[in-house]
Formats: sequence, structure tokens, C-alpha cells
Amino acid sequence: MTEKIELLKPQRPVGIVGYGAYVPRYRLPAKEISRIWTEGQGGLPVTEKSVPGPDEDVATMSIEAARNALKRAGIHAHQLRAVWVGSESHPYAVKPTSTIVAEAIGAVPNTQAADWEFACKAGTEAMVAAMGMVGSKMADYTLAIGMDTAQGRPGDPLEYTAAAGGAAFIIGPAENSVAEIEASYSFVTDTPDFFRRAYQKYPEHGHRFTGEPAYFKHITAAGETMLKATGTTPEDYAYAVFHQPNAKFPQNVASALGFTREQIKTGLLVPMIGNTYSGAAIIGLTAILDVAKPGDKILMVSYGSGAGSDAMVLKVTELIDERRDKAITTIAYVERRTEIDYAEYVRMRGKLTMK
Amino acid sequence: MDIPRHWRLRKQRYGLVGEVCESCNAKVFPPRDICPECGKEAKTLYTFSGHGEVYSYTTVFDAPAGFDETAPYTVAMIKLDEGPLVTAQLTDLENRKVEIGMPVEMVTRKLRNATDERGLLVYGYKFRPVMN
Repeated sequence: MTEKIELLKPQRPVGIVGYGAYVPRYRLPAKEISRIWTEGQGGLPVTEKSVPGPDEDVATMSIEAARNALKRAGIHAHQLRAVWVGSESHPYAVKPTSTIVAEAIGAVPNTQAADWEFACKAGTEAMVAAMGMVGSKMADYTLAIGMDTAQGRPGDPLEYTAAAGGAAFIIGPAENSVAEIEASYSFVTDTPDFFRRAYQKYPEHGHRFTGEPAYFKHITAAGETMLKATGTTPEDYAYAVFHQPNAKFPQNVASALGFTREQIKTGLLVPMIGNTYSGAAIIGLTAILDVAKPGDKILMVSYGSGAGSDAMVLKVTELIDERRDKAITTIAYVERRTEIDYAEYVRMRGKLTMK
Repeated sequence: MDIPRHWRLRKQRYGLVGEVCESCNAKVFPPRDICPECGKEAKTLYTFSGHGEVYSYTTVFDAPAGFDETAPYTVAMIKLDEGPLVTAQLTDLENRKVEIGMPVEMVTRKLRNATDERGLLVYGYKFRPVMN
């Protein structure tokens, strides 16, 4: 018996009213990490990764992305009825990041606020929930953020890619959106490919187990189901963006689903900034929105270890042309760059034991 | 215990929220409820644009406790576009030379050392060279 797949579709059409990105300015080249740990031998998963400054964390980075999103949306922060931050590097173990962000942007006190966590897909989780909130008419505008300052154990393969950055989206009625979110679909199983226990600084991962049974299975299933359920083919899309833990995985999954290099090029930021975890797929989406034309269709599929994928189909509207220049573009953040060496990285990321 | 002090200052520190004088329209920062220009009551909240320029600056090499981990850092007096002068750290400077008159914009950052693993995280305004 085949099960009928129900897409997640709101009763009231919803979309992205405003969006904003943030990437810190520091870059650690992958070859600098391999110089320290492998004598420069072996392949590199990315060219370089972004590193947060010593005065930055998920709260400060979310605040800047949210301010960019508000500028583009042209609404007042008081109109937001939820401020949600998805991350696996919330500054506090107990105390919401979202209240700090809500206070800083002026959304308090008449708002909902909460923190989300689902490894690398906490941002799209918050977006799907925001679709529900607006789609049900409980609220007109909600803010969903995915942002990380990812942790990588010194010498571990993840140290090459664990980066910092993300994006913020104001979700609202489709008629006031730069891109309508036509549908969403989530695919989730219990797959322990990557995890971090309480009080641990660094995550554990299943090495090659993180590939086929984890990343590829979930993204492919979510992507294929979305295409089938919407009756679309890769040719119908101007752009596609996938979770990007390294440069290779998203390119492989794109070709498996039938997308070309040209379709994924704009949203593939991982070679320049590394894996921004909860921010990875969605910051790629912001780079696409910075250049997309009205009518363009976009497929986005996130992936979070543990494991699951959220797929979304978006259609860009006429409003994109008047809103995209109202805030700093994603590529401006990507190109803003101060190279650091491993010693500076160790100091900035607090890896030196001082006591 | 300085939690109540940081909590009281959160609006002005996170978002550069000051006041505007309803009598003479002067913008007031930090908020003090009395207009420094005309002496009338000024309690209406006003969110500053965050844009201004460096009025004067100095670099701190011997930092006080709680700030030593990011030393050396540069502190500047910023002349805000709306008028008031505020003192704040500059950030994201790198090796760029600071100059009087340099345009800057407000960002919200961590103000204290990050490695105190138990204490309150204190956030507030800093200024960086204008992007774009």
C-alpha cells in the first residue's frame, strides 16, 4: 500500500517578507589547519571557513541578521509576534538567545520567543513553524533565524568546516512577500550520525556514517518527495540550495536529484565560508534572493543530523526588486575577509587554557 | 551582584535607545529624562540610527579586569548623526588605521571577556567602520 504524501501547506499563503544574512569577517584557510595537523597532506573539504570575532556569538550575529531582515521587510519590530532562533551553539545552556535578539531589535514585550535546536536544520525548523503561525492567522509576522558558531575539535575533520554565520527571515502573508513559500515537506528518522552530549565542548560524529545513511538519504528523500508531490521537475527551478557541510556533498546530491551546477552555484557558499550549520542552507537562500528575478522558482532542502531534512519550494515575487538593496547583501559579507592563522584562531575561539 | 544594573541598561546598550525632547527636539543619549539642551522633561524613547563618526579615540593595551582578553582594543568617542557623543569600543578594525572623522556604524556585541564560564553575558553597542 502506498501512502499519500501530504505537503505542509498553510491555509493562508505565506512567504518571506524580509531576509538578512550575517557572516563574521575572519577566515581561516583549510590549508592552515592541515599545516598544523596533517603536514599539509590530504584533500581539503573547503577553501576556508568563517570564524567569529572574540566579541561575537549567536546572539550578536542573529541581531545583525535580524536588523537586515527588518530593513528589507519595512515593518516595525513591534509587528513581530514571534522571535525564534535556531542554533546548536546558543550562548547559554539555559536562557533564551531569542529574548536577547527580541530586546535588541525592539520586538519586546508583545511577542513569543523561543530557541530551536536540530543540529544543522534548526533554522528551517523555525521557518516551518513560522509558516504555521502566519498561515493559521495567529500572527501576521514572525521572525525565524538559523545561526551558528559551530564547534570543531582541534585536529578533527570537522575543524576544517565548522564555521560561523546564518540568516534571518521575516515570514508573513504572501501578498507582502519577496518570495512565496508554496509548500514545505519534512523527512525525519532517528539516525545518530552526529551528536554532542551535555557539558561537552565538541561534538562526536560517525565519520563515513554521516554520508549515505544520514545526509544523502534524508536530503534525497525530502527533495524527491517534494518534486513528486508538487509535480515539478528540476527544469522548473531557476535555483536549488542544499545543506552544505562541505563542497562535495551538496554537489553530489544536486546531481543525484537532477539539478545542474548552474542551478546550485549561487547558493553554494560553503567553499568560501565553511559550514555554518543551522545557517548553511538558508544563507545560501539569501544569496539567491539577492540576485533572483520575479517568477524564479527555488528549491531549498536543509539537513540536520539526528536526522532530518526540510524541503521548501519558493517562488520569487515582484517585490524582490524594491527590497533587496535595502540591506547589506550576502556576498558583501562573504567577500569581507580578514585572513587569520591557526594561532589567532586558537586565541579567538578560546581554545587556550588560561587557568 | 550586578545583574540588576546590566538589566536596567539593556535597551540603551543593545539598541542605542535614548530619548527625544518633545520641547526642542534634541536627541538625548544616554537617556536621563531631562533635556540637556533646554532643561525640560525628555522621556519619549528614541532609537538612534547607529550612524556617526569618530570624534576622538585611544587604544587600550593595559585593559581592566573583564576586558583583558580582547586587548589591545580601541575606544572612541563617537559623534552620532543625531548629535550626542557616546563612548564605545571600536570593533572589526583589523589593521585599519582609525582616523578622526571616520564614519562608523553601531553593532551589538559582547562587552566582556567570554571565558568566564559561569557569569552573565553582557551585550552592548560597539562601532565598526561602515560596511559598503
